[in-house]
Amino acid sequence: MAAEREPPPLGDGKPTDFEDLEDGEDLFTSTVSTLESSPSSPEPASLPAEDISANSNGPKPTEVVLDDDREDLFAEATEEVSLDSPEREPILSSEPSPAVTPVTPTTLIAPRIESKSMSAPVIFDRSREEIEEEANGDIFDIEIGVSDPEKVGDGMNAYMAYRVTTKTSLSMFSKSEFSVKRRFSDFLGLHSKLASKYLHVGYIVPPAAEKSIVGMTKVKVGKEDSSSTEFVEKRRAALERYLQRTVKHPTLLQDPDLRQFLESSELPRAVNTQALSGAGILRMVNKAADAVNKMTIKMNESDAWFEEKQQQFENLDQQLRKLHVSVEALVCHRKELSANTAAFAKSAAMLGNSEDHTALSRALSQLAEVEEKIDQLHQEQAFADFYMFSELLSDYIRLIAAVKGVFDHRMKCWQKWEDAQITLLKKREAEAKMMVANKPDKIQQAKNEIREWEAKVQQGERDFEQISKTIRKEVGRFEKERVKDFKTVIIKYLESLVQTQQQLIKYWEAFLPEAKAIA
Amino acid sequence: MMEGLDDGPDFLSEEDRGLKAINVDLQSDAALQVDISDALSERDKVKFTVHTKSSLPNFKQNEFSVVRQHEEFIWLHDSFVENEDYAGYIIPPAPPRPDFDASREKLQKLGEGEGSMTKEEFTKMKQELEAEYLAIFKKTVAMHEVFLCRVAAHPILRRDLNFHVFLEYNQDLSVRGKNKKEKLEDFFKNMVKSADGVIVSGVKDVDDFFEHERTFLLEYHNRVKDASAKSDRMTRSHKSAADDYNRIGSSLYALGTQDSTDICKFFLKVSELFDKTRKIEARVSADEDLKLSDLLKYYLRESQAAKDLLYRRSRSLVDYENANKALDKARAKNKDVLQAETSQQLCCQKFEKISESAKQELIDFKTRRVAAFRKNLVELAELELKHAKRGWAQWLMPLIPALEVRSSRPQANMGNLQLLQNCLAVLNGDT
Repeated sequence: MAAEREPPPLGDGKPTDFEDLEDGEDLFTSTVSTLESSPSSPEPASLPAEDISANSNGPKPTEVVLDDDREDLFAEATEEVSLDSPEREPILSSEPSPAVTPVTPTTLIAPRIESKSMSAPVIFDRSREEIEEEANGDIFDIEIGVSDPEKVGDGMNAYMAYRVTTKTSLSMFSKSEFSVKRRFSDFLGLHSKLASKYLHVGYIVPPAAEKSIVGMTKVKVGKEDSSSTEFVEKRRAALERYLQRTVKHPTLLQDPDLRQFLESSELPRAVNTQALSGAGILRMVNKAADAVNKMTIKMNESDAWFEEKQQQFENLDQQLRKLHVSVEALVCHRKELSANTAAFAKSAAMLGNSEDHTALSRALSQLAEVEEKIDQLHQEQAFADFYMFSELLSDYIRLIAAVKGVFDHRMKCWQKWEDAQITLLKKREAEAKMMVANKPDKIQQAKNEIREWEAKVQQGERDFEQISKTIRKEVGRFEKERVKDFKTVIIKYLESLVQTQQQLIKYWEAFLPEAKAIA
Repeated sequence: MMEGLDDGPDFLSEEDRGLKAINVDLQSDAALQVDISDALSERDKVKFTVHTKSSLPNFKQNEFSVVRQHEEFIWLHDSFVENEDYAGYIIPPAPPRPDFDASREKLQKLGEGEGSMTKEEFTKMKQELEAEYLAIFKKTVAMHEVFLCRVAAHPILRRDLNFHVFLEYNQDLSVRGKNKKEKLEDFFKNMVKSADGVIVSGVKDVDDFFEHERTFLLEYHNRVKDASAKSDRMTRSHKSAADDYNRIGSSLYALGTQDSTDICKFFLKVSELFDKTRKIEARVSADEDLKLSDLLKYYLRESQAAKDLLYRRSRSLVDYENANKALDKARAKNKDVLQAETSQQLCCQKFEKISESAKQELIDFKTRRVAAFRKNLVELAELELKHAKRGWAQWLMPLIPALEVRSSRPQANMGNLQLLQNCLAVLNGDT
């Protein structure tokens, strides 16, 4: 237990670096006083939790020597402090939101800190490139919130409109804070536009939230029960995460379509996202064709990196799916537990009523109350389980599908290149034949074709190189994001568990004297 | 399979003997002390070693042990029930049959599914199931023990001859379980009894005490039944949630070992955490089961026994009244007066005897009940606290670094700060 583990060297073992950070404290004068009183909390500048987690290489209960990590972190903090804007508050207002809003400052990246402090083997040297990129541009500061789901219209034509609020200090946007109303098909439209532009070039475009005919129909029909509110909330959270992921991508952020989506008050309705439209059917056909192609293309993988990565993603996919199933089971059981606890609470209250010994009766009623509160706790915990953990996993499962798609595109690109080469070869053969047969006009034509195909081959090669390069960059970025995301969310989830335990302690401590008072 | 009451995995170490004290006010005097010192689980039966220490002259020795099976306990119980002399006492409810079927099934399923899971998962689940088996085993031993202790503590029942035979006779009592015919007979008897009970309960009682007790017991019994069922379900959900932690832990472990980035260590640590939490949650559910569900189940049976007592009393009251009427009729017709008189006398005596002892029994029942509830509720609260604190400290430890830095953010709720401070206090103090 706690006795076995050393408490972290908080009070005494603080590195003296902290003194250097005094200047950075301006923003937090209000809290400094309270912080000083508790020996535990150091006074660094505020840094998003993600960086810490990326830094400390995972929580280590037994060897809590944070000094080294902290030094790293806070050495850079002096640079960072000026960039912190007090508005870095996640304003994820959302009405029907669960007790725990799952996503807080994950929009905020301070890539500088990450790249320097990555003690893990720097797999991708692109990290240096990224530093330069970011250093030149604006501070990456944009927050997106999706809130206020409203039902617009009636009957089968009804839809939910969500308010998309953007807060940013980026110069490319006209205002620093604005909001628009969007509906679900708008989000899908955005995704399809981005996908069509970027996927085949190798960028990992975050997948949009899933369509759900059943869920939407219930909402449209107007069933005001808890399952439809849950559905709406689930969707709202998913859309929010989707947008946040999309804007985190530096290239996608520059896209005009994205800007239009965020900014313009009127958006042309994306009709081709409907499931049964012509475009929808076309999509399905394409998907099937792709699947067949994948099986037939045999690519010579010259680059072991790609093969390795593909294998890794395959494994990761499997593992995540398995984990997801277990977490979903946990959510289900937790909900069950909550329901059963509520039932028991009622039953205990009844029992207390019929008990004629007054003290025991009172104690039983107290027990009923405690159990009821615990039931609430379980419900909240179930929400946390779900929104944090389970949704994170399903998001990543879909993201990995997108990653695999990108790899597939690379294969297709290679295929095109190969095909071009083969055709070139054929044209050359044809030319040679013409030369032998001595037909001047045909020869000219053949020469033209050869030139054309040579250009195509070159283009194909260039494309292939480009896509490979992009993929490498993207995968590196994705990995970083993944690590950060998982750490943040899991830590938040652990926090929720801790809080649940704390509450439990409170409740049982309140009950204990009552139980003892039974004469 | 499992043998003896050895200390199994730390699953139920401290609390295993708890059930013995469900009925707190057992006068454990030197005159007669009974306990189950050992138990053996065989193919489909459990053999209990009943150990007696007594200074009563009835027994040949002061200390002795015999081996008994479940059917013999039932025989003893039934002999009490059928004994007219004990009509006025609450007969301690018989222990439930040892039921390992569910557990065995699970073990079997695990064996079949061995191929489909990793080695670690398999060992983990096997341990879990074995612990479950052990828990059920300990419970059934405790229930049988409670029954014997109650009988031993009862001033009248402890003198019963059958009881002494049960304790002392070191050969097989050759009590066979009821065969089908007898079970059918029992079934009909029960039906008649409940029908009769309904008729008899229609008779209003002159005595306020008993009238009150009757209404109280009826309602109480129903509510205890309900509470017991719900508590059971709650405990079971708790357990399945705990099992999920197990699987999540294994998946995280697999993720951790296969991942290439620096998140793998993180995953491994978190997987460890989940494992530990699972153990804690499993204990919480086991303790709830023990302190709450079992308590309710026991009092369900006891309240049924109390109801039976009331029924017997009402029955004898009805008999008494019938005898009175018969006597009046006989006197009117002047036929068989003496016979009617004697039978009326008998009924009167019986009724009064029952009433007297019943009153005392019911008062004792209440005292026992209150004490048992108090003890178990207190223990439940204490155990829950202990586990919550442990779980909390354990979860919190790895979070301290992350929380520390976060708590300096202006908008971090004071809760986190408080959390930290509390955590440190706890760590520096006790656990």
